[in-house]
Amino acid sequence: MKTLVLALAGAFALAGATVAQAGNCMDAADRVHVDAGLPRAAAAITSRHELRVAVAGSASSILAGPGGKRPAYPVTLQSALSERLRGVNASIVNTAKPHQTAADMAAGFGQLLGEHKPDLVVWQTGTSDAIGGVDLDQFRESLEKGIKLLQGGGADVILMNMQYSPRTEFMIAPDHYAEIMRGVALREEIPLFDRLAIMKEWNDEGTFDLSTTTKNSEMAEQVHVCIGRLLADLVVGAIDFAREAKQDK
Amino acid sequence: MDQPRSVLRQATEVAPPSHGSRKVVPAVAHRRDLRLDVFRGLALWLIFLDHIPSNAVSWVTIRNYGFSDATEIFVFISGYTAAFVYGRAMQERGFVLATARVMRRAWQIYAAHIFLFMIYMAEIAYVAGSFDNPLYAEEMGILDFLKQPDVTLVQALLLKFKPAGMDILPLYIVLLVGFPPLLWLLRRLPVVALAASLTLYVVSWQFDWNMPAYPSGQWVFNPFAWQLIFVFGAWCALGGSERLAPLVRSPATQGLAVAYLLFAFVITLTWYFPRYGHYVPRWLADFMYPIDKVNLDPLRFAHFLALAVLTVRFVPRDWPPLKSQLLRPLVLCGQHSLEIFCLGVFLAFAGHFFLVEVSDRLSAQVLVSALGIAAMIAAAGLLAWYKKAEGRASGSGGKQPDADLAGGEA
Repeated sequence: MKTLVLALAGAFALAGATVAQAGNCMDAADRVHVDAGLPRAAAAITSRHELRVAVAGSASSILAGPGGKRPAYPVTLQSALSERLRGVNASIVNTAKPHQTAADMAAGFGQLLGEHKPDLVVWQTGTSDAIGGVDLDQFRESLEKGIKLLQGGGADVILMNMQYSPRTEFMIAPDHYAEIMRGVALREEIPLFDRLAIMKEWNDEGTFDLSTTTKNSEMAEQVHVCIGRLLADLVVGAIDFAREAKQDK
Repeated sequence: MDQPRSVLRQATEVAPPSHGSRKVVPAVAHRRDLRLDVFRGLALWLIFLDHIPSNAVSWVTIRNYGFSDATEIFVFISGYTAAFVYGRAMQERGFVLATARVMRRAWQIYAAHIFLFMIYMAEIAYVAGSFDNPLYAEEMGILDFLKQPDVTLVQALLLKFKPAGMDILPLYIVLLVGFPPLLWLLRRLPVVALAASLTLYVVSWQFDWNMPAYPSGQWVFNPFAWQLIFVFGAWCALGGSERLAPLVRSPATQGLAVAYLLFAFVITLTWYFPRYGHYVPRWLADFMYPIDKVNLDPLRFAHFLALAVLTVRFVPRDWPPLKSQLLRPLVLCGQHSLEIFCLGVFLAFAGHFFLVEVSDRLSAQVLVSALGIAAMIAAAGLLAWYKKAEGRASGSGGKQPDADLAGGEA
C-alpha cells in the first residue's frame, strides 16, 4: 500500500514538473501522409498551368472572430500553393457553410462543380455528422457518393477530418467517424488530411493549448495558418506522387 | 465456457412438479465460477479506460490488439449470469416470478442510466457556461441540446438520446426486457433458442433493423444484433459450454483461434501505422471493411470466440490464482457490475474533466487511470462489506436467491 501511495505521489509530482515545451507547428509534418496521388490536379497544372481548388466544408473551415470573419486555412493554402507551385495560377474558393453534414454537402456537389469547375476539392467533413449522430453506414455512403460525383466531374478529392477538440471530446466522440473517413480514403485511394491527429499532436506537444478559453481569435488564426501550410504540403506531395506514378507506367 | 463435469450431472435434473410434466430441463451449476467475476471485472476496468477520451493508458486495452473489445466480454458474461440466476429462479419459482425479477432488474438499470445522464448533463452545462473559443464554433454545436431541454430530456427518457459512451446500459435494458420468453425457450429447446437468436441476427443484418436514436441515426449497439452474444452467453450457462467442450479442446480449434487472433492483431496494427495499410490486399480490405461495431460484425464475434476458446484452455475453472489476493480486486468489481459500471462511467467523465482542467500530461493520464481503478476497487470492496454485514445483521444467514453465486449480479 505504501509503495502505491508513493508511486501516486511521484506521478503527481511528475505531472506538475513537466513543463509544456512549445514546438513549431510544422513539426507535425510527419502526420501528413502522402500515399495517394492527385492525377487530375497534376494534369491541370501540366496542361493549363492552373490549379482551381474548392473547399467544401462546415464551420471549422470558416473562422469567425469577435469582430467578424477572420482568415481561415483556405487563405493560407492559397498563398502557400502560389509560393510552392511557381508559374501556376492557384486559385481557391471556399464554399464552406455551418452545420453541413456529409450528405448535405454531397447533395450540393453538382452545383459546386458547375459553378467553380475545380481540379481539386478539399472536402472537410465529419463534425456535423458526429454531433448529430448520423448513422455510420449512411455517413460512409455519403462520402462514397460525394467522391464519385466529384471525380466524375473532373475533380480530385482530399478528405479532411475533424478538429481535435479536448473540451468537447467526451460529448462528440469523433473516433468512429474518423475511422470511416480513413477507411474510405484508403479504399478510394485518395489523400486524407488527418486534422484530428495533427491537432492532437499540437495539443500533446504544447504547440497550442487547445483547451484554452478565450473570446480572442488569435490562437485560432495561428492554428488555421498551420493547417493551411500543412495542407499545402499534402497537396504538393500528392501532385508529385501522381506524376511519379505516371512516369512509372 | 468450459464447465466441469458437475454440470453434466445436473443437466439431467428433473424439473420440479410445478412445471406440470416430468420433463427434463437443463439445470445450472451451483459452484461459483470465479472466472466470470474476474473477466467481467476486467471488462469493467477496460471500459472505464476506453471511456476517457485521449487517454494514453487505453493503449493497454484489448480493442487495440484485435477486432473485439471489452463490450463483447461484458455482454457475453451478462448473458451467462442472467441465464444462470434467472434460470434458477424460473426453475424454483416459475415463469411469472422470474419474469418479475428480470423486469425489476431492467428497471434498476434504467434508473441507473438516467442517473448517469444527469451527471452528463451537468458536465455539458458546465462546459457550455465556461468554455469559449472561436476555433471551436462548430464543436460547440453539441451544446444546442441544452437549448431545448423539453425535447432532449424526453428523448433521453425514451432511450433515444444517448450521449457518447452511454450506450451499453440501454442495450442491456432491452436485452433483459426480451429475456424471459427466451429463457423459457432456452431451458426447453436450447438449440431452437440459439437458432432463433442467430436468425434474428441475420435478419437484422439483411433488413437493417435497429432502434431509432435522437437527433438522428440509430443505436450505437444494435440490440437486434448484439442479442446474439448475450443469448450465446445464456446458452453456454445452461449446458451449452459442456456441449462445446470437446470442440473447444480440440487442437484444430485452438490452432484456428491462435491464427485468427494473430491475423486480427496484424490487421489492427495497420490502423495505427497507416503507411502499412497498403500491404493489406485489396480483396481482403473489401471483404473486411467496414468492421461494423454497431451490428456486432461477424469478424468481431469470431474474435471474441477465439479469445474465449483460448481463455477456457489456459484459465481452467479451478485455476489457483483465481482465489488469490492478487485477483481479488477484479473479482470484487465483477461481482458488483452494475454499480461499478456506473461508477466507471462517472469516473471517466470526472477523469476527462481533470485532464482538461488541470493537466493532460501523460503522467496525469496515468494518474487518473490508476486512481479511477483504485476508486472502483474501493467501492466494490465497500459494497461487498456492506452486503456481508447486512446479511449477518438480518440474521438470515440462509441462502437468498442472490445473483452472487453466478458470479455477480445478472
